[in-house]
Amino acid sequence: MEKKLTCVSCPIGCGITVRIEDNVVTRIAGNQCPRGETYAQQEAIDPMRVLSTSVRVIGGEFPLVSVKTDRPVPKRLILQIMNYVRTLSIEAPVKIGQVVAEYLLGMSASLVATREVHLAQQRTSRSISENSL
Amino acid sequence: MREKVVDVLVVGGGAAGMAAAASAGAQTLLLECDAEVGGVLNQCIHTGFGLHRYREELTGPEFGHRLLGELERSRAEVISGCTVIDIEHHGPVVHAVGPEGRLRIRPKALVWATGAGERPFGSLMTPGPRPAGIFTAGLAQRFVNIHGFLPGKRALILGSGDIGLIMARRLHLEGMEVAAVVEVQPFPGGLTRNVVQCLEDYNIPLLLCHGITEVHGRDRLTGVTIAQVDKSRLPIAGSERHFAVDTLILSIGLIPENELILPFTPIDPVNRGPRVNSLMQTEVPWLFAAGNNVVIFDLVDTVAAVGEMAGASAALYARGELPQERLTRLVRGENVLHLVPSSLVAESPTVLYLRVSRPINAAMVHVGDVISRKQSVVRPSEMIEIHIPQDALRELVKKDEVHVKVTEG
Ligand code: SF4
Repeated sequence: MEKKLTCVSCPIGCGITVRIEDNVVTRIAGNQCPRGETYAQQEAIDPMRVLSTSVRVIGGEFPLVSVKTDRPVPKRLILQIMNYVRTLSIEAPVKIGQVVAEYLLGMSASLVATREVHLAQQRTSRSISENSL
Repeated sequence: MREKVVDVLVVGGGAAGMAAAASAGAQTLLLECDAEVGGVLNQCIHTGFGLHRYREELTGPEFGHRLLGELERSRAEVISGCTVIDIEHHGPVVHAVGPEGRLRIRPKALVWATGAGERPFGSLMTPGPRPAGIFTAGLAQRFVNIHGFLPGKRALILGSGDIGLIMARRLHLEGMEVAAVVEVQPFPGGLTRNVVQCLEDYNIPLLLCHGITEVHGRDRLTGVTIAQVDKSRLPIAGSERHFAVDTLILSIGLIPENELILPFTPIDPVNRGPRVNSLMQTEVPWLFAAGNNVVIFDLVDTVAAVGEMAGASAALYARGELPQERLTRLVRGENVLHLVPSSLVAESPTVLYLRVSRPINAAMVHVGDVISRKQSVVRPSEMIEIHIPQDALRELVKKDEVHVKVTEG
């Protein structure tokens, strides 16, 4: 069986053709770099994605902190992970790179903060909150 | 009222402005109208940034955090929550309003880095009422990613540019129903990777060659009628479809933000931004410009690179060290739409940024008769970068005028 994929590992978006025989990838063509080969191997069998979303913050200058999974997670589990992430909250201050949740759905992936959120009162200038809209 | 005298004033604290202030260094003041610097990076929480500049894939906030580190090390001063309201170009004198009231600044050089705004609903002149529930994609993104609100329950998205695609996925993941993404052109506006990982991954339909013909609802949007369009983008009678949605998200283009400098700055009508030379200096000698207010760039990495160039050039100008050179004009030839810069300066590292008006497979990019570069595919959605080597630049700047064109290879 041949599958046509689009590599999403970088903005170039190479079209990659993979041949799959007995659930094993036997040929990969069209990628411009080695990352595309790794991607196609995985994509043909069980697609993986990095998930980026946000988590509620308590007592912070902003009501949310942006987060991402520290490694790709199976695409088929993303909505399940989102349901779990919705139940989370974290207290300010939050450091960039801080682990917000470990072992997502029992996997080795963690959720890490992708920005800093200071305590609400640490900021002197106008801070964004719901009521400034 | 406070008065300030600075070497370099940077207006706008997005990627271009932060990079500009960081490279201009001490004696630099950066003004940002939002509560924090970072610009649109703060709300672009998805990955895909930084592959060129930092050689790794970062989210928007992470890219912004790195730039902030560079900015802090440079010792440039930053005032957030401060909006420039007027520029007197004799002087120049810049008037701003900030947390401590009015501010009057006398800079020796200014870097204009205000970015772009989103094309609004009004520009479409769609028949029907004007109910609540119609948002530009960037505004919806800010609601969801910064403030933590969803704009509605069921959305239709108009425009398949990258922001539209990314918002389709984001709203879907946050629990909104995304009925479809509607695109007037016969091909998606954004990168293929975003069509795959934002729409196909979640079975969100993409309707090409479709446009909005009417919006419905009194206080809140209740529905949108779309229709297939013909080659001249006119709706085809009988092809109408109705979507019961309470939210319409628009991703229909960005407009460079240049209102305050328009009265005294020569503008390139195609780029819709100030004409700049390869040092990012406008035709008003003390005014430099960088970022999406010059032309809409594809990548924040590029925006940061031109920001750095503008900041470094402005700092040299402020110290009286920027050589006054004879300029070589760059002229648009065949199949060149956007083109930055508008002229070349000798002896400086030079990059041309250009966008074609029609796609070609196996193309050749020509810069005068000095550079001819093969390019496997060129598309309007992908900006082309041509780095000009010093020996080629020496040849090019001998001329008064150089034509840039993209032809069949
Ligand atoms: S194969 Fe390499 S160059 Fe092509 S899209 Fe994937 S990562 Fe990018």
